[in-house]
Amino acid sequence: MPAQIPLVDYLVLDDAPHLQANECTNCGARFFDRRNACAACFGTDFRKVDVPSDGEVRAFTIVTFAAPGVPVPFVAAVVDCHGTSVRGNLINVEPDPEHVKLGMKVRLATYSLGTDDNGTEAIGFGFEPA
Amino acid sequence: MADDIYILGITMTKFGKHPDKDTVDLAAEAAMGALKDAGVSMRDMGVLAAGCLMGQGGIGQQIQKQIGQTGIPVYNVANACATGATALRTAIMAVKAGECDMGLAVGVEKLAGAGLLGAGGRAKSDKKEWSPAGRFGAVTPTDGRIGTDTMPGTFAQIGMEYGHKYGGTSFELFAKISEKNHAHSTLNPLAAYTKRMSLEEIMNDVMISYPNTRPMCSANCDGAAAAVVVSGSKLKTMSLEQQRRAVKVSASVLTSDPWQEACQVLPDVNTLTRIAATKAYEQSGVSPQDLDLVELHDCFATAELVHYDNLQLCEEGGAVDFFNSGATWRDGSTPVNVSGGLESKGHPIAATGIANIWEVCHHLRGEAGDRQIEGAKVGLAHVIGLGSACGVHILEKSALG
Repeated sequence: MPAQIPLVDYLVLDDAPHLQANECTNCGARFFDRRNACAACFGTDFRKVDVPSDGEVRAFTIVTFAAPGVPVPFVAAVVDCHGTSVRGNLINVEPDPEHVKLGMKVRLATYSLGTDDNGTEAIGFGFEPA
Repeated sequence: MADDIYILGITMTKFGKHPDKDTVDLAAEAAMGALKDAGVSMRDMGVLAAGCLMGQGGIGQQIQKQIGQTGIPVYNVANACATGATALRTAIMAVKAGECDMGLAVGVEKLAGAGLLGAGGRAKSDKKEWSPAGRFGAVTPTDGRIGTDTMPGTFAQIGMEYGHKYGGTSFELFAKISEKNHAHSTLNPLAAYTKRMSLEEIMNDVMISYPNTRPMCSANCDGAAAAVVVSGSKLKTMSLEQQRRAVKVSASVLTSDPWQEACQVLPDVNTLTRIAATKAYEQSGVSPQDLDLVELHDCFATAELVHYDNLQLCEEGGAVDFFNSGATWRDGSTPVNVSGGLESKGHPIAATGIANIWEVCHHLRGEAGDRQIEGAKVGLAHVIGLGSACGVHILEKSALG
């Protein structure tokens, strides 16, 4: 099995790949990047928490016109994972309004972005219909 | 008690393609137009605030060198699409603080042919080694892999989110909003596009980011707008004609995002707009029902819908019914974007937050010609700069008018 690296550092690649957030220990606000202080309450103490890997689509768009080099079409979405909002693409679904619906149930899925010269495979994530 | 503030003079250039003019030319044209409209000169200005978001910086000083250097303080401001409103608000604050009794605000942009905004692009995929970089430790650009950075896509999701929360939205509904604004634009000679488009034409045009087709997106174009503000006490010393044409700034509000759960994931244009509107209604004593016209930030058709609600033009959750009632057409109860809006008038970013005030002033002064909203006495202008900054101004016709 080749070495793997996640697309972003908040994607944790273990037996059950999942997302991880920095949670403010004072108010519970969650952030996918690092914060010097909590944007909600200014607390400075954070802990790592696992984000649920299933949720429902709260918003989406089907992007058919993007920057050069970005393959289209793709579905960009906001997924409500039991109270934590997550940004990600909807994958393993036809990118059209007949197949993508507001409120549809989805779950986290990973896919390969390819292998570099060192033999390291990058792993991305998206959400697929549950 | 701080003095009242009035718009003494205001102008916008024709929006569209200006291949023979640079940003300084356009800004100077707008600034001199506003001074002339106000009946004053650069000598009378105590402060200059200016913005050109995509420029190299220092637009304020460049304007001075073009039209008059008097040594006054210059504030070069940048606040995304709210840059123009921020420049105006800066001039207003200086006058309100008593540092001077008149100020000039200018916004200018050259965007004709700029294409897709927000897309950062990505490195060529000949990468030989995955190497984490940036705040998320990303091994490759995330635009298109983890959602979209494009403006059409971002604002599409904002409209869809409203639909998920309250129901009633559809591709056709959003296209109908665009149909209204394109219809309104036919009466605006300064709009970049003045072509009426049928619902079918709009829906069958190039899809950019579902449900926004190309005519449902703001039009990139060149343009500038400028305003002269004056204190109420200074205005009293001026001519009756100046006093008659002056427009009272009954509220001037700028807000940023208070923290909300999802704001790091999808920009929240709702909360800060709702707060700005609430503050503006409190400051002015005006209620949403009093408004004779509204210019709001329809950077995309999907955005206009949510701002009906955020500006409290309708009941919470009632934006779809409100639009379907015909209220926001120019002959409706609350005409919205009678200028044609950003979708047809155009959106030269830093000019937009002054150009929308010009539109409202034009009607309050009874000078809007074919598109005049008869008897207009009070109006509201709104802009959003993603990131976010929201400007809301409430304007009232002069008591002398």
